[in-house]
Amino acid sequence: MMVQLATFTLGDHLYGIEVSRVQEVLRHQSRTRIPLAPNAVAGLVNLRGQVLTAIDLRSRLGLTPREDLDPMMVVVRISGETISLLVDSIGDVVTVDEETFEAPPDTLDDAGRELLRGAYKLSDRLLLALDTDRAVAA
Amino acid sequence: MDETDEIVQEFVVESHENLDQLDRDFVELERQPGSRELLSSVFRTIHTIKGTSGFLAFGRLESLTHVGENLLARLRDGKMSMTPAIADGMLAMVDGVRELLAAIETDGTEGSVDVTDVVARLQDLLDGREPVAEPVAEPVAEPVAEAPAPPAPVVVPEPAAASVPAPTPAPAPAPAPAPATPAVPKVAAAVTATEDHHADGPGRRGAADSSIRVDVDLLDSLMRQVGELVLSRNQIVRQAGLLDDADLLRASQRLGLIASELQESVMKTRMQPIDHLWAKLPRVVRDLGSLCHKQVRLEMVGRETEVDRTLLEAVKDPLTHLVRNAVDHGLETPEVRRAAGKSPEGVLTLKAFHAGGQVVVEVSDDGAGIDPEKIRAKAADKGLMRPEQLEALSPNEVLQLVFTPGFSTAAAVTNVSGRGVGMDVVKTNIEAIGGAIEIESAVGVGTTCRLRIPLTLAIVASLTVECAGDRYAIPQVSLQELVTLDSERAGSQIEDVAGAEVYRLRGQLLPLVRLADVLKVESDRTDGHLVIAVLQAEGHRFGLVVDRVLNAEEIVVKPLSSRLKSIGVYSGATILGDGRVALILDVQALAKRALRSTGAERDAVRAEVVETSDDSERVLIVGAGDEREIAIPLSAVTRLEQVPVDRVERVGSREVVQYRGAILPLLRLPQHLGSYGDSARTHLPLVVHTSGGRSVALVVDEVRDIVDGARVRSDINDAGLTGSAVIRDKVVELLDVRAAILAADPYFFTDDQLGHLGADLYLDGVAS
Repeated sequence: MMVQLATFTLGDHLYGIEVSRVQEVLRHQSRTRIPLAPNAVAGLVNLRGQVLTAIDLRSRLGLTPREDLDPMMVVVRISGETISLLVDSIGDVVTVDEETFEAPPDTLDDAGRELLRGAYKLSDRLLLALDTDRAVAA
Repeated sequence: MDETDEIVQEFVVESHENLDQLDRDFVELERQPGSRELLSSVFRTIHTIKGTSGFLAFGRLESLTHVGENLLARLRDGKMSMTPAIADGMLAMVDGVRELLAAIETDGTEGSVDVTDVVARLQDLLDGREPVAEPVAEPVAEPVAEAPAPPAPVVVPEPAAASVPAPTPAPAPAPAPAPATPAVPKVAAAVTATEDHHADGPGRRGAADSSIRVDVDLLDSLMRQVGELVLSRNQIVRQAGLLDDADLLRASQRLGLIASELQESVMKTRMQPIDHLWAKLPRVVRDLGSLCHKQVRLEMVGRETEVDRTLLEAVKDPLTHLVRNAVDHGLETPEVRRAAGKSPEGVLTLKAFHAGGQVVVEVSDDGAGIDPEKIRAKAADKGLMRPEQLEALSPNEVLQLVFTPGFSTAAAVTNVSGRGVGMDVVKTNIEAIGGAIEIESAVGVGTTCRLRIPLTLAIVASLTVECAGDRYAIPQVSLQELVTLDSERAGSQIEDVAGAEVYRLRGQLLPLVRLADVLKVESDRTDGHLVIAVLQAEGHRFGLVVDRVLNAEEIVVKPLSSRLKSIGVYSGATILGDGRVALILDVQALAKRALRSTGAERDAVRAEVVETSDDSERVLIVGAGDEREIAIPLSAVTRLEQVPVDRVERVGSREVVQYRGAILPLLRLPQHLGSYGDSARTHLPLVVHTSGGRSVALVVDEVRDIVDGARVRSDINDAGLTGSAVIRDKVVELLDVRAAILAADPYFFTDDQLGHLGADLYLDGVAS
């Protein structure tokens, strides 16, 4: 079984989410911060008149905050709600074989492991498959 | 006569809708017998029909619904429980109502429909007697036979109706099928009756044909799209101004013009003078006045004031209710008025006008006014608050208690009002459309209820403010005034009362809430100037300190995800002219969050008891077994209570107590935190937390103290805690309130979120 994943990077890792979940990929836009909101909620963005909640995956995965780097936005639709995920950079859409799938590597910390379904072993590196539903349930 | 006809027609249309609702409710009720919510809904529907039928002098309809309503009231209050016999009685009542309405629709009278037997049967049920099977079938079949208009179609259903009950005379379960069977032919007959009239009287149409109802959603979506267009226009005009292109500029100006005109026209299609709503009130007032033996003169000011059609619909019932209240409870009888030195004729004034992007509708009477002492007594009597809490309230706060569910000051249940389905429903309905209601009263002078409703639902007039560099919108409906103090005056006129900041606004102490503190952000105002938005919500007035006031702006409300809504500070978001998103502050929630639940606005005399408005830093210290001291944020504490141990009951493995007419789940805090509580007690101290209509209670060993929050905190932690802190030189454990609440009621937040979801859907419908 082959699956298609849209890839992006966070720090040194390559992550992927199901292509069918992704509505579009955008450059960073100005966000309105939301005081008192959970840490991972990075603010609200205006997507063509629609107000989206932005979730910073770095914060969600327990990674160090992004430094002087404008994040990219991966807009996903999850149970009727449109959500913008903030990532470092966008990669290609890759087709991977389910055969190469394995449970999350032990090198990840707890916060990260909980949000990952597992990893696909690409020829040169690992592609970590994000559990989209859990990732946005901040 | 025409006027009456119109009222009757409207009544019929409305009642048909109500009956459909009833059918749905009854079907649902079969699935969830005893559901109070459904019973309340049924009760309200019947109550509405009864009320109107009374004014329109449909005596039989009124007597039928009156007895039905009494029965429902008992069911709703849990004094009786649903039995098949009662269910059948209810259905027979609905059928009777339907039949009467059909007669009313055909010729404007109740015709010869006879409901005395159904009434008697309901009365029997009410008195606790089992209904006799015999009369059950009779009344239903009979009126049809006697109905003068269409004799022909009756013949077929009649034998069927009559034959069923005959072989089954008395046994208790037997009545069950009996009323259901005749119901069918009866309705059929009623329908035929109307159709007959269609045939021979071309001038008269059925209720369904005489009015066309446009789908509100369609109008809303039109309005919404125009709103979006206006926002896009703003952005384009702004951008075009930056570029040096004459053609683009011209085109954008033209776009701007068209968009404005379009917006105006779309809004106009939905606007109607409030007179449409008021037209039937003179009759209501006159009939009610004669019923209550009162002389009333109705004055209307501002009939031509235009209101969005959907809002007109939404304020119809609340307004009628307020008018009834004013006549029934507000105005005195001529004798009393003469004795008080007033003209025997009471004056009821309806006033409507536009003010600050809102429509204000006032219902005032020059009656006896509301005596705060009576409300206090009543509230104490009903157990809404403890006497000492009541004593602490200012007269104005006491007045707001009339909006509490289950509160009704009428001494006796009258035909007109006084069942406690009153002001709280009015308030809920008004707030549901983004409006607000205020009540003012002076003993001996009169009472004024003031509704503030937005012009339209989709576009809200708001004030944009800045705090810590971010912009927020405050709905104008809550805004009273703006006060700016320079650093010198801010220094001298902001006083500190027991740790809480107050400003003396025209002699009254106005508690101040700093938005930056509530949001836990750093204010960027360093020059000492103070900008205060004076807001009114939940019957309290408070001053919200912001960094800057930017401008007044019309905004289109966008829904927020339930997760962000549950923060309890924001009611939505909007996109400002420059395309950036701004959060809309939920003033009601802000008031609740930042101020104590009672007593925000106090006069100077009682200034000492004003407590700090920064609840987040104050904690309640309780004992919870093994000499442990647990701190609970005061903001999570709604009330402290004591219940006798023997009132604790069990639902499955959970402990509950009955509390204010609801079931309150208990959580024993010591056990929750893994220690042993003090079991040799006769009374349990409870810490009650209420949110979104749900409550849970934490059982503690002892309530010890309320102190200012910890200076030293640590992450040293255990299950059920968020950390520990040093308070009064002792290590105190900080309770994880959320976890504790979930342990007591796993669905506490789920329902809350469902509630928010509902609100989201609502917003989706009007503004997304």
